[in-house]
Amino acid sequence: MDNNKIIIVDNLIKDYSMGSSFFRALNDISFSAKKGEFTGLVGPSGSGKTTLLNILGALDNPTQGDAVVLGKSVKSLSHKDAAQLRNHSIGFIFQTYNLLPVYTVFENVEFSLLLLKKGKEEREEAVMKALSWVGLTNKANSRPNQLSGGESQRVAVARAMVKNPEIVLADEPTANLDAENSHNIIRTMLKLNEELKTTFIFATHDEKVISYLHRKIVLNDGKIVNDLILN
Amino acid sequence: MLTIKLAFRNITHAGIRTWLNVFVLSFAFVLIVFTEGFYDGMAQQIKDAMINSEIGGGQFWQKDYDPYDPFSIEQSHSLVPANINDEVKKGNALAVLVVSAAIFPRGHVQSALIKGIDPEQKIINIPSAVLDNNADTNSIPGLIGAKMANNTGLNKGDFVSVRWRNIHGTFDAADIKIVEIMNTDVQSIDRDQIWIPLNKLQSMLQAPGQATIITMKKNIVNIPSGVPEFVFHNHDYLFKDINDNLNRKKISSALMYILLLSMALLAVFDTQVLAIFRRRKEIGTLMALGMTRWNIISLFTLEGSLLGILAFVSGMIYGVPLLAFLAKTGVGLPSMVQSVGSSIPTTLYPKYGIRLYIITTMILFFSVIIVSFLPTRRITKLKPTDALRGKLS
Repeated sequence: MDNNKIIIVDNLIKDYSMGSSFFRALNDISFSAKKGEFTGLVGPSGSGKTTLLNILGALDNPTQGDAVVLGKSVKSLSHKDAAQLRNHSIGFIFQTYNLLPVYTVFENVEFSLLLLKKGKEEREEAVMKALSWVGLTNKANSRPNQLSGGESQRVAVARAMVKNPEIVLADEPTANLDAENSHNIIRTMLKLNEELKTTFIFATHDEKVISYLHRKIVLNDGKIVNDLILN
Repeated sequence: MLTIKLAFRNITHAGIRTWLNVFVLSFAFVLIVFTEGFYDGMAQQIKDAMINSEIGGGQFWQKDYDPYDPFSIEQSHSLVPANINDEVKKGNALAVLVVSAAIFPRGHVQSALIKGIDPEQKIINIPSAVLDNNADTNSIPGLIGAKMANNTGLNKGDFVSVRWRNIHGTFDAADIKIVEIMNTDVQSIDRDQIWIPLNKLQSMLQAPGQATIITMKKNIVNIPSGVPEFVFHNHDYLFKDINDNLNRKKISSALMYILLLSMALLAVFDTQVLAIFRRRKEIGTLMALGMTRWNIISLFTLEGSLLGILAFVSGMIYGVPLLAFLAKTGVGLPSMVQSVGSSIPTTLYPKYGIRLYIITTMILFFSVIIVSFLPTRRITKLKPTDALRGKLS
């Protein structure tokens, strides 16, 4: 295996049963991604972007074929191993931010580190550093319902990045944001990608995001129809 | 440790929902402790009153004596055996002679028990000394309880005619002068009975030296060996009816607090079901962040269980002073309750033992843990992708 390839997807098929029949969400997908990529899975709604992202994040299992993420076959991971993989190596950013409503911004970002059983001082330092990356140190004690959409998504980015994961999977991260916030978020993620060499995989159909991508994998009806290196 | 921390954060941030559950649970907890303590206190008071005023350290009954069979009374007297009589003379025992009689208060006939007692006795808490101070030597001095006085209309200084049969079967009659009316919670020394001096009753019955009941001094260690004519009954035997009654009352009160606890637990169960439904997206996020299903189940179960702990703590905060206050001042009973029950004091003092707290707390905790856990089983079937979309698999 090429040591640089941290994601290898091989003839991946994902079917969803619909009563007696099934719906094929992903059809024979194969690609690989190297460390430090800033890659987008691009395509219309229903093209399979989120399904692929979920499989790469070990949140779902392929029906056939396999995805090997950081040397681990998603298909053969137990629930516990999948949780371990997500906990240690993968950060998630969701379209609807998915911040935990009863926690403060600080506590939301701190959460991943608590799961990793980091010490208090180490946590505090890492959380404040992550909040400074996204420019929200002044909102550390705010609750999610006191934040704007852009701020909430920046907190989600900080939460995904605080544990310094090898891969960040972002599902339509700008779908609920205005143009200015979308650009800010993408620039923040691009900066982190360049500084920390974190691999970013986006599921998006937002042109604003696409303009920042280094690689664009175009999906349609569950198939890869194009795979372009952009710069 | 992490799960406890997260669970505590979650429930303290959940606001009024948490505090309503805590209030209902703690109310159930305090009420259960109070109800149980109330019955324990009542049992203790009734038993203490009976020991002090009637049964002392246990009783010898004449072999034919059966308090529930009025026809046995006529036969149930014998000479006090020598060894027991020695204890009577030493002041360690009290001989009581019981005779069935008819009295005629206010011109009506009414059956009653005439009980002979040594006026100088110190064994039971009956003001028998008044029977010795009767200036009127032509009449028989009699002592009755307040309930007997109320039932018969007799007052202090009144005379009441009494008719009885002596041991030869001959009817005789005399007047008894009521020299005192005593107040007692123990109805078995009050209702339908008149206390007169023992030697007078023995002479009326022509049964010198005879008795029906020998009551031993309270806390006496050496009980004289029994003889065929007299059978010793200890506290277990003498309290059997009372214990049976109290157990029946406890069962009915247990039904009440099971209902109350069920309602409180239903609130916790509902909260858990609602939490899993409302927080399914959060569950998906927790999975995405790296929590296993069992971590999440533990978290939700612990959140529910912490409600039990908070209920216990808050119950202690307001319950302990309240229960201590009630234990000190007592709970007054309406007169209606006293008129139907037996030996029920006018004021009951609840009694709370450490065992009661521990058992009630354990019941509360285990019940809360179970109802907190049951709804979380759905999480084991929840797919992370469905949860993130806000669906329940």
